[in-house]
Amino acid sequence: MSASADVAPLPEVSTATQRRERPAGTLGRRRERLAWLLVLPSLLVVLLVALYPLIQTFRLSFTNTRLASARTPRVVGFDNYVDLLREDAFRSTLWHTVVFTVSSVFFETILGLAIALVIHSNFRGRGGVRTAMLVPWAIPTVVSASMWQWMYHDVFGVVNDILVNRLHILDQKVAWLANPATALPAIIAVDVWKTTPFMALLLLAGLQLISTDIYEASLVDGANRVQQFFQITLPLLRPALLVALIFRTLDAFRVFDVIYVMKQFAPETMTVAVYARQQLIDLAKLGRGSAAAVIIFLCIFVFVVLYTRLIKVEEM
Amino acid sequence: MASTAATARTTRAAKGLETIAAPRRRPPISKIVGRILFWLLILFILFYTLFPFYWAIVSSLTFDSQLFNTPASYWPSQIDWSHYAYVLRNDDFLKALRNSVVVSVGTVAIALLLGSLAAFALGRIQFRGRTAILYIILSMTMFPGVAILGSLFLMIRGEWFLHTPNLYNTRIALIVTYLIFTLPFTIWVMTQFFKAMPGELEEAALVDGAGYMRVFWQILLPLAAPGLVTTGLLAFIAAWNEFLFALTFTNNYDARTVQVAISQFSGRTQYELPYANRMAASVLVTLPLIALVLIFQRKILAGLTAGAVKG
Amino acid sequence: MDNGSASPVTRLLAEALTGRASRREVLKRASALGLSAPLVGIMLSAQAHVAGAQDAEPGSLIEAPEGLPDLSGAKINVILGQDGPVVPWEEAACKKFSDATGCQVTRTSGPESATERLAQYQQLLAAQASDVDAMTIDVIWPGILAPHAVDLSEAITWQGAEYFDRIVNNNTVNGKLVGIPWYTDAGILYYRTDLLQKHGFEAPPQTWTELEEMASAIQDAERADNPDFYGFVWQGAAYEGLTCDALEWQVSNGGGVIIEEDLTVSVNNPQAIASFERARGWVGTISPEGVTTYKEEDARGVWQAGNAAFMRNWPYAYSLGQASDSVIRDKFDVTLVPKGDGENAVHADTLGGWQMMVSAYSKNTDAAVAFAQYMTSREVQKSFAIEESRLPTIVALYDDADVLEANPFFGSLKDVFLGGAVARPSTVTSDLYNEVSTAYFTAVNEILTGQASDAAARVAQLADQLQGIVSEL
Repeated sequence: MSASADVAPLPEVSTATQRRERPAGTLGRRRERLAWLLVLPSLLVVLLVALYPLIQTFRLSFTNTRLASARTPRVVGFDNYVDLLREDAFRSTLWHTVVFTVSSVFFETILGLAIALVIHSNFRGRGGVRTAMLVPWAIPTVVSASMWQWMYHDVFGVVNDILVNRLHILDQKVAWLANPATALPAIIAVDVWKTTPFMALLLLAGLQLISTDIYEASLVDGANRVQQFFQITLPLLRPALLVALIFRTLDAFRVFDVIYVMKQFAPETMTVAVYARQQLIDLAKLGRGSAAAVIIFLCIFVFVVLYTRLIKVEEM
Repeated sequence: MASTAATARTTRAAKGLETIAAPRRRPPISKIVGRILFWLLILFILFYTLFPFYWAIVSSLTFDSQLFNTPASYWPSQIDWSHYAYVLRNDDFLKALRNSVVVSVGTVAIALLLGSLAAFALGRIQFRGRTAILYIILSMTMFPGVAILGSLFLMIRGEWFLHTPNLYNTRIALIVTYLIFTLPFTIWVMTQFFKAMPGELEEAALVDGAGYMRVFWQILLPLAAPGLVTTGLLAFIAAWNEFLFALTFTNNYDARTVQVAISQFSGRTQYELPYANRMAASVLVTLPLIALVLIFQRKILAGLTAGAVKG
Repeated sequence: MDNGSASPVTRLLAEALTGRASRREVLKRASALGLSAPLVGIMLSAQAHVAGAQDAEPGSLIEAPEGLPDLSGAKINVILGQDGPVVPWEEAACKKFSDATGCQVTRTSGPESATERLAQYQQLLAAQASDVDAMTIDVIWPGILAPHAVDLSEAITWQGAEYFDRIVNNNTVNGKLVGIPWYTDAGILYYRTDLLQKHGFEAPPQTWTELEEMASAIQDAERADNPDFYGFVWQGAAYEGLTCDALEWQVSNGGGVIIEEDLTVSVNNPQAIASFERARGWVGTISPEGVTTYKEEDARGVWQAGNAAFMRNWPYAYSLGQASDSVIRDKFDVTLVPKGDGENAVHADTLGGWQMMVSAYSKNTDAAVAFAQYMTSREVQKSFAIEESRLPTIVALYDDADVLEANPFFGSLKDVFLGGAVARPSTVTSDLYNEVSTAYFTAVNEILTGQASDAAARVAQLADQLQGIVSEL
């Protein structure tokens, strides 16, 4: 569901003034009851479609249950986890996931920051450029994956055409997606392409909050642009940057669609989420697949805790 | 480097005439070079973000016989609409399109309804447990769908402690599961919207004797309409683009969405690889989104950074 | 002809519009006349349209068999082949069935990848969904899907036709006939007769070594004119198709069938390893580097564009290659897949093919069974063989003059099915076959792409994995 995550709730940078009084007396109790009544339907939905299945996933991960099988499931303790962590194939999916996450987030951030800084300056047509940047973000991942698959085609692809026939950077065509050395980097490039604009827009919003007075003051102090960037821009952008980083990390860690559409279950690019789906559905191994799913969940959970720490939910 | 130059430019622009009049003026030649480099950079950014989509459009309009020409041509010499004709005459694709619309609209409607009620309580009423709920909602916005894929699958088939009908391969199954990522997000963003409204409004109304719910329906909800539009739009895009659940919980065009249809698209006629048709389908599926984004770009930008610029 | 006096351009246009001139002819004559590109484009699309209507008219040869029941008012949903060139024929076949019985048939395509399709069936059947009544199943699935199938052992006898024993046995699980054989398949080697002749080779290759020599010689020579030319294309993506290809390599090299009848895991042997290493040598030399992502249609794409000397594929590619607008029409032939050089080397062709199964959860079993009977009947199989070059499962059709005229190569394949086609180890591993195959094609794909640099070590690891799976049976 990486699509959903393209929307990052950012922290409130400045605090809203709170004027509501603490609940007290009968009026307070009535309000409280109303509040719970209003929240209840949503809470029930969350409980039903997320919490209950999550508990089930934990439970299944300790069994050898198979989907649609006549075999009776039994409890196997931590066997699924031990097997997974011992298995080269699974360890390499973990490694691919880490490589994917780290490199795509790294490049997205660097490129996103650069683009945000460029667009932050005043120039004619700035609105147009900003709109153009929404295009990759709006394109469904499946569509961008098949677009790039075609662009990467070893014989007819435009990437090879540009690099070999036009720019003469390479002297022969490369099978970008088939060659195990280039397949994962090629997919990472697609992800970077798709999410960099999003990153840039988030950072742009952060930049716009920095007051220009600070820059003027530093100019008076004789700071040059490089010093300005490191002494003012970066520190003040830090909260927005940190949130965007963690958020993208979470999103990249569970990557499924771009990999699945471009390479299906090919071993050299398989990530943990693709592996989990293969085990759960294609191989009908609910137990083992659930164990892989729990591992994803736990990894992401750590980041979620970090993330929620960064966001002040309540200004007491 | 380029980025710091840009920062400085802003500053200079902000300072206006004073800067220009300042003694430390740069020689014009380097200014021109800088300007050219800056616009080259802008051009490169535009090329980088737009070229792949441009290429998809060109490929979808190219004759099969020319599609596999090497070297490729970057401008179709003749326009061939046959791939679009094929896609639009393809019953399966049209069904998938309808499924996508029904599922996305259904998801958004439910998420907005339930979400704005909850957001009203969370944004306007102080009550015990509010912080805990906000934390739950926030962490839910990042819930990895794959973590519950297997057990959701069992539930959809009706295999859990409740006796529920088998919803496998129905649009309802998708609508319900899509709430996992649309509902928490809706609640979170709408809470920000409600919170940002001035408190006097509602106090005045309450003093007048109007109940909380009347305040909600008659005063706050109309005021939150722009927020609803933004949130709904973002939730729609998220639902429209979803792939994993749609792939797993459907098996034919009764419920399959366009994303899955595209991933399984292949050529029908002989002597062709499916790329041109796939590109045509991709362009068709993306155009409505791009149109929405262009029309509502300001709202989307605001929504994307919800909270960041509010206060 | 009244257009005898017309200009050559008008004449050509008229011939293109009526389909009398082939695509190649239109191109040749148009360029001789120096026509503008847009005009040629119009002529070509007109020609393609008419030619398509003329020499395809899919399903025109289907005769409804005698003895179909009256099923007026019934409705069934069926899943047939993948979305692809055969769809029009399938639609025609469904329509003929509807016309003959009054039963309304809704046809859906399945996914292209067999792995994906099985997953879909398992999802569907596990959910006991009644929304699909009949479906085509792969030759390797009867063991897996048996619990969800209606027994067809009586239904198959309705015409008294003799089906290949091997396939019927394969489809029978504990006395239940899970599916009626619809068409069968075997891996075969396609070769370009014109190129072999041009470069001085008299006969198609008998062994892999010969194939390598020929492919590399032809590729070197052809590259001068066509930089995108390759010697040999096949299926190397990590999916079920690679299991088929790799099984042929190892069996033809005397390397066993991965897991033997008695559940011995036999894959870890020098001949099998040698056969994988040989195939690794093809990638990036006589085969495109991208071959490790190729499925059937990718290989055919290269082949059909005239860009390959050899192709390993299923028989369906034969009639597509002979289509009126094909650039390789009448320039190719087929033969058995080559064998290794060692002592136990044999020709091995992986047995493929599809069966018609009826879902146990169908609410319209009678109609679904009648549909399965119809699709596998003598008449429908004959039309399928002639129009789409699918191999019949009824023995007598291999002696049918019409079938042989359309597919001269069928004659030699009869012996393959009566004798030497190799089945994948799906019967012995039943519902775990999918795991066996996934482990196998993953390992082979890693060897091919060079991720697993030590083939022997990777195969040893594979054997351990397979042993683990077998121990669960």
